[in-house]
Amino acid sequence: MSLRIEERRELNLRMFYLTPLLAVVLTVVAGFLMFLSMGYDPFLGIYHFFVSPLLTVYGLAELGLKAAPLIMIAVGLAIGFRANVWNIGAEGQLTIGAVAGGGLALALIDVEAFWVLPLISIAGILGGMAWAAIPAFLKARWDVNEILTSLMLTYVATLTLSALVFGPWKDPMGFNFPQSEMLSESATLPLVLEGTRLHAGVVVALLIAAAGWVVMTRTIIGFQIRVVGQAPAAAAFAGFSRKRLIWLSLLTSGGLAGLAGLFEVAGPIGQLIPSISPGYGFTAIIVAFLGRLHPIGIIGAGLIMALSYIGGENAQVEAGMPQAVTGVFQGMLLFFLLASDFLARYRLRFDSGGNAADLRKEAPAE
Amino acid sequence: MSDPLILGFITVISAATPLLLAALGELVVERSGVLNLGVEGMMLAGAVAGFAITTTTGSATLGIIGAMVAGMAMAFAFGVLTLTLMANQVATGLALTIFGIGLSSLAGAGFVGIAVVPLPKLDIPGISTLPVVGPLLFSHDILIYASIALTVGVAWFLKRSRAGMILRAVGESDISAHSIGYDVIRVRYKAVLFGGLTSGLAGAFLSLSYTPMWIEEMTAGRGWIALALVVFATWRPLRVLFGAYLFGGVTILQLSAQGAGWFDVPSQVMSMLPYIATILVLTIISAGPWRARLNAPACLGKPFRPPT
Amino acid sequence: MHQATSATAPRLELRNVSKRFPGVLANDSIDLSVAPGEIHALLGENGAGKSTLVKIIYGVLHADEGEVLWEGAPVGIADPHAARNLGIGMVFQHFSLFEAMTVLENIALGIEKAPDMKALAERVVEVSHAYGLPLDPDREVHTLSVGERQRIEIVRCLLQNPCLLIMDEPTSVLTPQEVERLFETLRQLSAEGVSILYISHKLEEIRALCDRATILRGGKVVGSCDPARETAKSMASMMIGAAMRELPTRTGRISDKTRLEVQGLNLDAGHALGVSLKDVTFSVRQGEIFGIAGVAGNGQGELFQALTGERTVHVAQEVLIDGIAAGRMGAAGRRRLGMCSIPEERHGHAAVPEMSLAENFLLSGYRRMKLLAGGFVQAHAMAELAQRVVRDFNVKATGIAATASSLSGGNLQKFIVGREILQNPGILIVSQPTWGLDAGAAAAIHEALLTLAGNGTAIVVISQDLDELLTLSDHLAVINLGRLSKSMVTVDASIDEIGLLMGGLHGMTEHQPEQTEGGVHVA
Repeated sequence: MSLRIEERRELNLRMFYLTPLLAVVLTVVAGFLMFLSMGYDPFLGIYHFFVSPLLTVYGLAELGLKAAPLIMIAVGLAIGFRANVWNIGAEGQLTIGAVAGGGLALALIDVEAFWVLPLISIAGILGGMAWAAIPAFLKARWDVNEILTSLMLTYVATLTLSALVFGPWKDPMGFNFPQSEMLSESATLPLVLEGTRLHAGVVVALLIAAAGWVVMTRTIIGFQIRVVGQAPAAAAFAGFSRKRLIWLSLLTSGGLAGLAGLFEVAGPIGQLIPSISPGYGFTAIIVAFLGRLHPIGIIGAGLIMALSYIGGENAQVEAGMPQAVTGVFQGMLLFFLLASDFLARYRLRFDSGGNAADLRKEAPAE
Repeated sequence: MSDPLILGFITVISAATPLLLAALGELVVERSGVLNLGVEGMMLAGAVAGFAITTTTGSATLGIIGAMVAGMAMAFAFGVLTLTLMANQVATGLALTIFGIGLSSLAGAGFVGIAVVPLPKLDIPGISTLPVVGPLLFSHDILIYASIALTVGVAWFLKRSRAGMILRAVGESDISAHSIGYDVIRVRYKAVLFGGLTSGLAGAFLSLSYTPMWIEEMTAGRGWIALALVVFATWRPLRVLFGAYLFGGVTILQLSAQGAGWFDVPSQVMSMLPYIATILVLTIISAGPWRARLNAPACLGKPFRPPT
Repeated sequence: MHQATSATAPRLELRNVSKRFPGVLANDSIDLSVAPGEIHALLGENGAGKSTLVKIIYGVLHADEGEVLWEGAPVGIADPHAARNLGIGMVFQHFSLFEAMTVLENIALGIEKAPDMKALAERVVEVSHAYGLPLDPDREVHTLSVGERQRIEIVRCLLQNPCLLIMDEPTSVLTPQEVERLFETLRQLSAEGVSILYISHKLEEIRALCDRATILRGGKVVGSCDPARETAKSMASMMIGAAMRELPTRTGRISDKTRLEVQGLNLDAGHALGVSLKDVTFSVRQGEIFGIAGVAGNGQGELFQALTGERTVHVAQEVLIDGIAAGRMGAAGRRRLGMCSIPEERHGHAAVPEMSLAENFLLSGYRRMKLLAGGFVQAHAMAELAQRVVRDFNVKATGIAATASSLSGGNLQKFIVGREILQNPGILIVSQPTWGLDAGAAAAIHEALLTLAGNGTAIVVISQDLDELLTLSDHLAVINLGRLSKSMVTVDASIDEIGLLMGGLHGMTEHQPEQTEGGVHVA
């Protein structure tokens, strides 16, 4: 008897959508073992990490608060990943979106008007787009690897923000802390749940996911993106412009990351500080994969990854675990997901030395 | 030793060495047809393992060995996913980096703020005392010598050895290599493990020699710059050496400029230079004549499954 | 250059060999025996299991059951190294070469216990001259012609003193003259006692070369014969299992109206391994089928791209569609003008493997069939049209939701051809329309193209299969190194001349390149 691996002739769709759940289960099991090896009570660790944050209204609101940027960014990234455009610099686009929108909000700090929030949101989107336009231009024009350029630009973006809040944008009344003034009321996102930090951005995130779903499944643009990613030569045959799709996917993902960044500044943070994101731009990459690059899947995946942030904070407070556990969980989750993908693409078969007579029966009639 | 110019060059060598080590390994990996974007993660694993083992055992040798093993363990996970389970190499490389950042922070939590004795300089008797060339060439730590030896070794291996020829063949056409009887997956596993080994060494150099301490995410994008260097070098080892020293130069230049206040700009702007230089260099190479592109291994990043 | 063997035992014998792939029994209890010095044909259609069987013999694949005997003794051939150590050499249909490496490195990689490179280079030159296969060891493979590449594979085998040489479809990439030269080499080897297992589906070749033939169909041995005593027709009916279908006679007439005019077309290679097009000129009239012959890698891919708009040219006037300058238009624009196309590669070029047939209809059909409303896809209309292609062109599939990759090559090609024909093209550009198909599917596609031309479409067929072009086309021309010969009337063309044109300078050493065109019989 031997094990053999056979390629499925068609992707097993049920497996394809079930394996993310399998990956989550495997991650929890691995987490259990990790807690055990670190000398923590594993049951308590799992409880603090994955369960107790969900038991309070405040915890649930925090979940939505952290899921919103992840979902917004991941919907945009997923479009690019489907087109084989690997924007991994969403963290940088988020930062520049925050700089552009936040900077405008600082300039308008004395203005009280309903249009301030929409205006700075647009500025955030444009900021993210502008930052993503650099890798888009380089890739469309000279085929420069967008993975490396978008990532390098993330460092540049972080340093830009740092230079601003340590320098010209530093709050003169801020006791020399590297932070800007607080944004005005008009430049702050309204809350959707009083007594929590959950703001209107979560509604926007859901709308974006819905829009992403319609675009990807119902429109010719979504179709073109899927074709160019799966079979670039077929896209050329059909007359789809690869360059246009590069621009489109990078500008979309950059714009959404920029908006997510502005929402952090106009929402929970309320001002510009040197670090406005706990790595949402990178975590959104995992969210996109875990959600199977599908906007609806991304909502679920966004909530799971948001839980890993809150769980990490909770476990730190309750059990004194290091914050870094969050990163380990996120990495493991993506590992297990990629590994379990194998089950959707291949079939494992146990042969008991079957004979050709059996084989013949299975042979197709033609 | 007092000549500031010589001192400057020595710091350039230091800044270049981690890039050189990591890029050499990645070059071998890519020549076998595999794209491992997890260099940053493997370097961090090496950095934290090297530091932790050195401080707990007091032996830098054990630390360096530990760093190599840690890098290879990470690379092995990458290999299982991409070579055995045929997962997407880009996604897996990213996962490796994210995992490496998390794992190294977790493992290194207890080592933050501890100092370690930097790796000793191995003076080569007789010539290390020569003026100028002595301190410049013959008074370095073991990892710097190793990086130079590795460059020569990798160049020789790829160009002259039969195993190197097979490795190039596997990266050039996995199907052809398989059909004339080479075990593509095995060759690629070895290459990927070698990549992990050198990334681990690069990490160890950072935490044991360059800034002898452990800091979270202390690689600061060097793994990614190493990836860019491989493209810049058009997959040639000696050009990787040149590229690494060029980048080492840029890094030291901006640090000196910051320190001396040569330009009236915020220090952050100077810190951007290596990253911007990377983008520029990639653009110049990509926009150049397409001859350079012929050097890219034809199977780079494509999964291979042997027919059964 | 072989070892002495006993006169009684066959050099190679297969007993009851079976091999299964998911969903397909590729080899079903195959028996086969090859005598020393024999040239043995393995004859069968595409998909009959020939390539699978020889890969088992060469150790690339492993049989699920059955026995392999070498010189009368059972052997297990674990991998190609083991095969080579036994004395088996193989020349692959799709060469197992490394483009960016030198001839010498390619040879060194393919032989066991390679001596040092300098000694090997000397041996290469020596052996290649002994068998009339000249090679320069230091050239990089991507600079060589297809014929020269095949020589590398053959020399690589010969350097190891093989007792059995397997050749998988070796002539499909050669000009008629190169085929003759290859046959001489093979006969010389046979005379020296080397057995040759010769895989082909070209009947006349087998009659000319082989001592014996084993015929495969659907993975089974269905007969064996002495080719010299059979007619091509009798072997064909064994191979196909039915009488050949006759093609319908052409209906409709070629009108005087020119639909496609190509005037001095130039295109740079685009990438290092490509071929530049130089001054390509021809025209196709309404109802005409225009054939473009040539050996692989002489610019056919680039010509297809330049004609269809996948790559645009610098001067708009170089491609005229119904008199409209279209050279600078992309594929979408040319499609709007009525030009449809069928690329050679079905998976990933003409169709997206992982997408459904309905979506694959959308791929090239949405513009001409108006399947969009405000950017949204009209799913119902799309499904209906895909359904119509499946029905009208007799595509065997589980439905329009089936992915393209789940179809057999023949059925997918029928779908692709049907998709383009349904769009009622004024001009159709087709590359290698029946490549890799069985006779039934190939006949159905030829019939569809002839009917389309009968209805007034101007068709360009680019093909390496000369027989196909001689059957289909009204006029044909030959492409060599990116230059197109003058066109000739197919019925008046001589095979020798076409062969010489296909070989370019190799076959025409006494002529200057410019004169090749003048040397051709023009009607």
